[in-house]
Amino acid sequence: MIGGATRGHELRPFTVDSPLPGMRGGAARLREVLGSRELLAFLAWRDLTVRYKQSAIGVLWAVLQPLLLAGAFTVFFGKLGGLGAAGGSYALATFAALLPWQLVAFAVFAASHSVVSSQDLVTRVYFPRILIPLAPFAVALVDFCAAFAVALVWVAIASPSFTLAIAWAPLFLLLALTTAVGVGCWLAALNVRFRDVQVAVPVLVQLWLFCTPVAYPSSIVPEGWRLAYAANPMVTAVDGFRAALLGAPDLQPGAILLSVAVALALAITGVGFFWRTEDTFADIV
Amino acid sequence: MPTSSELAVVAANLGKRYRLGESIRHDTARDWIADTASGLVRRRRRASRRALPSELWALRGVDFEIERGDVVGVIGRNGAGKSTLLKILTRVTRPTTGSLRGWGRVGSLLEVGTGFHPELTGRENIFLSGAVLGMRRAEIVRKFDRIVEFSGIEHMLDTPVKRYSSGMYVRLGFSVAAHLEPDILVIDEVLAVGDAPFQGKCLEVVRRLSQEGTTVLLVSHNLGTVALFCRSGLLLEAGTLAAQGPVEDVVRTYVHSLEAAAGQTLGERRDRSGEGQVRVTSVRINTPGRPPGEIATGEALRFTFGVSRRVPGLDCAFGVYDASGNLVADFTSIEWSPLDVPFDLEPGPEPDVVVCELDELLLLPGRYRIDVGLYLLGDLQDNVEGAAFFTVGPGAVRGRPVRGETTYGVVQIPHVWRFGAASARRSGARVL
Repeated sequence: MIGGATRGHELRPFTVDSPLPGMRGGAARLREVLGSRELLAFLAWRDLTVRYKQSAIGVLWAVLQPLLLAGAFTVFFGKLGGLGAAGGSYALATFAALLPWQLVAFAVFAASHSVVSSQDLVTRVYFPRILIPLAPFAVALVDFCAAFAVALVWVAIASPSFTLAIAWAPLFLLLALTTAVGVGCWLAALNVRFRDVQVAVPVLVQLWLFCTPVAYPSSIVPEGWRLAYAANPMVTAVDGFRAALLGAPDLQPGAILLSVAVALALAITGVGFFWRTEDTFADIV
Repeated sequence: MPTSSELAVVAANLGKRYRLGESIRHDTARDWIADTASGLVRRRRRASRRALPSELWALRGVDFEIERGDVVGVIGRNGAGKSTLLKILTRVTRPTTGSLRGWGRVGSLLEVGTGFHPELTGRENIFLSGAVLGMRRAEIVRKFDRIVEFSGIEHMLDTPVKRYSSGMYVRLGFSVAAHLEPDILVIDEVLAVGDAPFQGKCLEVVRRLSQEGTTVLLVSHNLGTVALFCRSGLLLEAGTLAAQGPVEDVVRTYVHSLEAAAGQTLGERRDRSGEGQVRVTSVRINTPGRPPGEIATGEALRFTFGVSRRVPGLDCAFGVYDASGNLVADFTSIEWSPLDVPFDLEPGPEPDVVVCELDELLLLPGRYRIDVGLYLLGDLQDNVEGAAFFTVGPGAVRGRPVRGETTYGVVQIPHVWRFGAASARRSGARVL
């Protein structure tokens, strides 16, 4: 029943030693991650399957969630709070902004929990640990795509002035994803050591939402503060994504550069921190 | 340089250091801050803490080579570094110093059900677990039918594994792990907890893989199993390699080292495991009314265990092993008898002891060792291997002499012979 199909040929060597420091270690880990794409796909597929297995309306949730939130924002901030006066549809603008925001919020939330809740894997079997916080991004992306389809239909109906600007959307999405990878890796690694992270993440994500122009246009931020405001890369990601869909606020090049720089810094330090600490996960988780 | 065609594993100066700060869990930042702050404020306490070793070398300076296809028993006392070595070999953790080189794929049977998700079906979990253990998708597809057949759960293949019985769950998990076809197979004694048929199946697979050329590393406390299964042995002692060679020699060295350790005061020994709320502090084995040196087959025997504390819910268990390390008999207070006497919860002036008495020692003459464990409400508190040794001299069981050199087997079971005509077979028995 169990055959020895792999015998006789030259066996692949491996080495277990103390990790290489710095760039060389990083390059080795990166190669390893690239070689484990298939496992990443399996973990992502697991998360997707599990998520929709026992839910009655399945992927509809991905659309309902931002719709309901956009509805609430429209009633309280748009109508009662008077933010809807700026012209254009407040509801559509909020819905469009919620797409990249929810992608990041979900990914960061899931990634921060991921390593701790995969304890049995971490302590029993070896594979590049970073696949664990990366896997939840699949669910976030699928949810995003479902909601994005609805957004496209909505835009087509509401403002037929659809332009080629939409081609920019993927770039701002990439900015959002880069941010999420960075923050997700930081929190996932910190959570192994400090379980407080688990408790703090929902609050932090909420605060982050208020610092991001989702429920309000970034134009309400005073001009002098706009550059500092863009130190939150989600400001540019959300504004840019919304502009690509609906056309509107012109972004300052300085603000874009700052956001991109911060996002890259978060991603590089986040992945770096994760890699620096991942070898001790099994010892302390 | 060793070539990859002859060797499976080479360890060079392998060392693993655990900082004790890491084993003291700081589950929340508050604990960590509190610990750190109190350390800063109360300098004195900090100084006393520094007197303790701040780090622990689970392995240190270990060098060995394992030939391809060898079956190696890894033995050693608690805390000798066996599981750390396995963790490094399976790459779950990295060594602090040195390196371990290996050739081929490493698999382990302690990963039964690794990666399983309860919501997914058996079919889905085969793929998931296979991928987590290191198989490519194409490989899983190729082996899928064999995995299903071997597990014997065809009828449940499309049912979520959360609806499986624990036996089915283990069978499926084991089947995936077994089909990994590793070049180096690691087996931990965890295996010993499965039921007998499962264990038999495991050993069958191990034997077959070994015949096909897989290198096997077996970690076990049961020296009998090691001696039976393995060709060579690795003995670890306090994190260093104490012996390597043919399994008989290594087992003999280990038994001697256990005897040497038994000379130490039990309370001071560090080679123990368990949570440590209660410890065994002494063991005395003697026939009531006689000094410990005079033990004979057929006589009464008393085991007296000193314990550090009198607590309700305490249970004691010990195993008696013969000279070749086979478990001969197991004694446990966890299974309660109406004749047992529980602790008097009023602490008296006397030291606290747990006593186990038997009327008739059925062990053959020879040298025996005991491993002792203490449990508190089911949780292991203390476990010492080779806590004590004793020698049984020739004696008699119900009048029948038992002489060391002419007796075979492991125990003497009281029995009666009758020679005579078939019709007389009831004479002497009570006729109803």
